[in-house]
Amino acid sequence: MSEQKIVSRKFISLGYLPAWLEELALGRTVYVPRQEGRTVLYRPFVPGDLPEFSRRPAESAKHVLFPRSEGLFSFCRKGDPGAPDTRGLLLSESAEPGQAVIFGALSCDARGFFAFDPVYDGCGTKGIAKDVYYLKRRENTALIVKACKTPLSTCFCHWTGGGPASAQGADALATDLDGGILLQAVTKKGAALLESAKLSPATDDQEASARAAHEAAVKAMPSSPSLDGAPEALLGLFDNKAFWHAQSAGCLSCGACTYLCPTCYCFNLTDESNGIAGTRLRTWDTCMSALFTMEASGHNPRRDKAARLKNRVGHKFSYYPRIHDGRFSCCGCGRCIRSCPSSVDIRQIVLNALKENADV
Amino acid sequence: MSDAASSFVAPPRPRFEAGTANPYLPMPATVIEVIRETHNIKTFRLVLQDEKAMREFHFEPGQVGQLSMFGVGEATFVINSPPTRKEYLQFSVMKAGEATAALHTLAPGDVVGLRAPLGNFFPYERMKGKDILFIGGGIGMAPLRTLFLFMLDNRNDYGKISLLYGARSPQDMAYSYELPEWTDRKDIDCVLTIDREAEGWGYRVGLIPDVLLGMAPAPDNSVAVTCGPPIMIKFTLQALEKLKFSSNQIFTTLERRMKCGVGICGRCNIGGKYVCVDGPVFSLAELKELPDEL
Repeated sequence: MSEQKIVSRKFISLGYLPAWLEELALGRTVYVPRQEGRTVLYRPFVPGDLPEFSRRPAESAKHVLFPRSEGLFSFCRKGDPGAPDTRGLLLSESAEPGQAVIFGALSCDARGFFAFDPVYDGCGTKGIAKDVYYLKRRENTALIVKACKTPLSTCFCHWTGGGPASAQGADALATDLDGGILLQAVTKKGAALLESAKLSPATDDQEASARAAHEAAVKAMPSSPSLDGAPEALLGLFDNKAFWHAQSAGCLSCGACTYLCPTCYCFNLTDESNGIAGTRLRTWDTCMSALFTMEASGHNPRRDKAARLKNRVGHKFSYYPRIHDGRFSCCGCGRCIRSCPSSVDIRQIVLNALKENADV
Repeated sequence: MSDAASSFVAPPRPRFEAGTANPYLPMPATVIEVIRETHNIKTFRLVLQDEKAMREFHFEPGQVGQLSMFGVGEATFVINSPPTRKEYLQFSVMKAGEATAALHTLAPGDVVGLRAPLGNFFPYERMKGKDILFIGGGIGMAPLRTLFLFMLDNRNDYGKISLLYGARSPQDMAYSYELPEWTDRKDIDCVLTIDREAEGWGYRVGLIPDVLLGMAPAPDNSVAVTCGPPIMIKFTLQALEKLKFSSNQIFTTLERRMKCGVGICGRCNIGGKYVCVDGPVFSLAELKELPDEL
């Protein structure tokens, strides 16, 4: 939590939490982790149904800012088909997204948006274009992360520049204390949310307890190896087919890693139409699929799963950091490791690359 | 390596104005003319429906556009009419997949969508005063046509202009109606070739790289610009290097599956370079810097 300046702090007793969430939900959609079937997912808050914090969400909150499928605009032909001069097209952009709050997201999930930001804000790849859909949602959504207390064995946020109590990419940080939650805002947007009669002023003691809890969570994680040479190591191994075949041997190309990843931002554009009207859709896509780069001619620059896994790991730990100030486009949430049906471990691949490169 | 080569470092970056405009929203355009070039290539001439947008449309030779067939989808094509001739925007489309097959059904009066200009362009400013050698194979002639005509429209800025254009057969040669004008012109050197002998063919016969070696153009103060199918590019680059063209004197334009066209959707990257914004135009020197994933 050291990296960001705290602009305001408040305390909420657990008894007031439902009332505060109801207050936040006035005129907004509040997303919280909720039990749905056998899993926990980020879903709109429903009064009377408290957030589920005992288990971590199976998927990240990515879909709140970047829906699995969204209509970018609709189209409709107009005019008389028999009279060429009258033929035209009516294009209408989709409606502006409403206000939203994500409450209780994991720190790693917020850092996922931190990876999206420079790309979708156009300052990443040469300042070409601003993705108005993502940026509008980002602007309209406030994000309150909850400090993580018990890291899992698959967690490695601290390898990638984060930590269990990082507020990077978020507006406020919530930390569990005895009888309530300490709320620390790091942006104006976050501070505005803390302006509520349901919250009470926080004390220095409470802040000290929170700090102790953050430090304890960091201590609970094994120490992090240095990934300093990863961008160069991965690029250096680009043509090493044997290395990538070995790393991808278990991969089934199912794409679970990409769909669950908080930083995977690739998409497809397709049209759905009925008669003279239709919609251009943006949908999550996965670079693990052979069709991702397949060209109409049949030519495919990434012909095998080794080339595709290389692109996924290379993008996160080499190509992206080389464009975006050395930041990895991985938040270390470990979902790709936990959910991989064949135990492909991205941490191990990066370490293997560093080792392979050192051995050469 | 010629001393002129040192001035070619990298093609210029796009002049796309970053702003608040929605980069995914196409501009409606009307098809004003359709030309059947070959059995699988058609050329479409478009004008933007918004007259002001058409008047102010600014692009550079080599830049591409995303053509939308509403209800089917988008695909990327080079604008193959030069910016010096702006009564329409021209695209040549080879039928290969769903979007191109749908585009082939277009007739004059039909409406399509266009997102353009996208990508970088040929560094024509830095080519001024030099001899230019165009080497096009098949549909690869399309991007060359833009720069070729642009240079003909600014003829005095350039030295000797040569064109080597090849196709499988005379029937596979796009822009056949323009070729007599090009071969007749005294201020350009136009060589046409087909892969195998064909009745009535009055020009060269032979594969492009072989014909090129036979032409033996001098690399001094020259630039070679080439585009075509991957196999032709591969051997043409080898031939150019044999002729002592340096990798800074050779330019090509790449094709990749693209969706957004603005460097976001993450599919046309070669390592850390995005063909849609860092390309499609690359010098051979730049290509050699990229990981091998063509």
